[in-house]
Amino acid sequence: MFKKMTSAEKREAKWAYFFVAPTIIGLLILNFYPIIITIWQSFCKTGDFGRGNVFVGLANYQAVLTKTETWQSLWNTIKYALIEVPFGVVIALILAVLLNKKIAGRSIYRTIFFLPMVCAPAAVAMVWKWLYNTQFGLLNNIFHSSVSWISDPKIAWISIGIIGVWSIIGYNMVLFISGLQEIPGDYYEAASIDGATGLRQFLNITVPLLSPTTFFIVQTRIIGALTVFDLMFMVMDKSNVALPNVQSIVYLFYQYSFTNGNKGYGSTLVIVLLVFIMILTYFLQKLEKKIVYQN
Amino acid sequence: MKSDAKRNTAITHIVLIIMAFIMLVPFAWMILTAVKTNQESISVNPFYIFPHDGWHWENFATVWKSYNFVVLYKNTLLMIFWRVVCACLTATMAGYAFGRLKFPGKNILFSLVLIQMMVPGQIFIIPQYLMMSKMGMLNTTFGLVFPGLVTAFGTYLLRTGYQGLPKELEEAAMIDGCNVGQRFLKIMMPLTRSSMVSLGIFTAVFAFKDLMWPMIVCTNASTTTLSAGLAKMQGQYGSEYPVMMASATLAVLPMVIIYIIFQKQFVEGIATSGGKL
Repeated sequence: MFKKMTSAEKREAKWAYFFVAPTIIGLLILNFYPIIITIWQSFCKTGDFGRGNVFVGLANYQAVLTKTETWQSLWNTIKYALIEVPFGVVIALILAVLLNKKIAGRSIYRTIFFLPMVCAPAAVAMVWKWLYNTQFGLLNNIFHSSVSWISDPKIAWISIGIIGVWSIIGYNMVLFISGLQEIPGDYYEAASIDGATGLRQFLNITVPLLSPTTFFIVQTRIIGALTVFDLMFMVMDKSNVALPNVQSIVYLFYQYSFTNGNKGYGSTLVIVLLVFIMILTYFLQKLEKKIVYQN
Repeated sequence: MKSDAKRNTAITHIVLIIMAFIMLVPFAWMILTAVKTNQESISVNPFYIFPHDGWHWENFATVWKSYNFVVLYKNTLLMIFWRVVCACLTATMAGYAFGRLKFPGKNILFSLVLIQMMVPGQIFIIPQYLMMSKMGMLNTTFGLVFPGLVTAFGTYLLRTGYQGLPKELEEAAMIDGCNVGQRFLKIMMPLTRSSMVSLGIFTAVFAFKDLMWPMIVCTNASTTTLSAGLAKMQGQYGSEYPVMMASATLAVLPMVIIYIIFQKQFVEGIATSGGKL
């Protein structure tokens, strides 16, 4: 392969290796070596003292896959995604369409909606936990209710989902706005001349032409929502009775790996999550070809 | 016809104002609670929205001193600084090579970048922690920066940036006798400045928001970041609401101020990088 190259090509290749070396070496040490170690550890029992790994075969997988806790937390994660993704996307799309018109105060609205994106989720979750407080919280006092927002297993997952939606709307909206700006204005002009109204234009022009953006947002948000951790960790106390019905799979991973020191079991959990996400991605890719509008 | 348009604009504003209100209420309540006394924050009957016996701005100073916010700010800033420097430097080099140069093995090496982007990040955490632990790097700035030394996503982003530049620029330089290094430094790199700014902002915001890694790698209150520090505080003083809200305010404030000043760059930076994720 190298012999056929001219000396100029060889020089270029040398430069290229020099340029990619830091990134490739970094990726190998920081990411690819860890993938192998995590897979290996998922077959091992790692004790509290971390003294060497003892190979236990599929014992961790058996434990993970037979515990109801695993399936419950996987279901909790999916439930969270089922709130965050559809509501986060639909509300963001509506706001993006409204802000894409020439309207007074556009940039102020955009700044406000995007604000949660630059805030640490740890702080955001703390504030919402206080808003949700049953006795002294703002929500119950304003609505004169006494809802246990985050300690009633039946509604706690919805409350967490609401925080997720609130946090992500601005981000999705900004992506939608840049998608909307790529749709040529002539399409709308032509439609207006033909007498199509706002809603017709939205359904027949905006929706199909925006579908690549929409699909992209939905896909990345599904993956993002499936790895949710910060909100559950900050909002749910360890003593909260609703915790088993809210904790996500990554929350469980954190607890086992770093609170209980059972890194083998934690590795198994994260491998299970990886497989789940891979399968989902595969089907999403297939779906993309079917539903996304192509020119 | 005209009144229709007016009515539509009015409806649009009403929807937007209601949404803006919902977005701002948590921030408002955070600050309003932060300036109340502990007693007042948990008084329900009567329930005050605004502080009734004075606005206790000194709560911020108390929190600032008692939780050593100077150290938290410093640690967070150092982590962000080094992550941004490392990300921009390594990604611009690799992005240029992948975007513009020809070399054997390019596709295989680039597939490493793509694979890293597809895998959920949690899979790296335990081994990365073990490496830091073995190297004695727990509770250090290097430990905080470690997972961000290189960036697959940034490489991908910068590669797209370099691919978008016209071929003629480099050809002209080549005829003038510039070697690859000179072409990169003098001509190509300055032209991808906007991609670099996007990557820098993106890296900074996500480093700032990260909770799990600092919590694992820096367990001491004096070595950790704002996010992980908040988690620690909540564990200890979770029922002193004004204290917690003052801490939360101090934790989000620097990024919010920077965001409001550079909002255009922030929104564009995150949108363009996020859009290519």
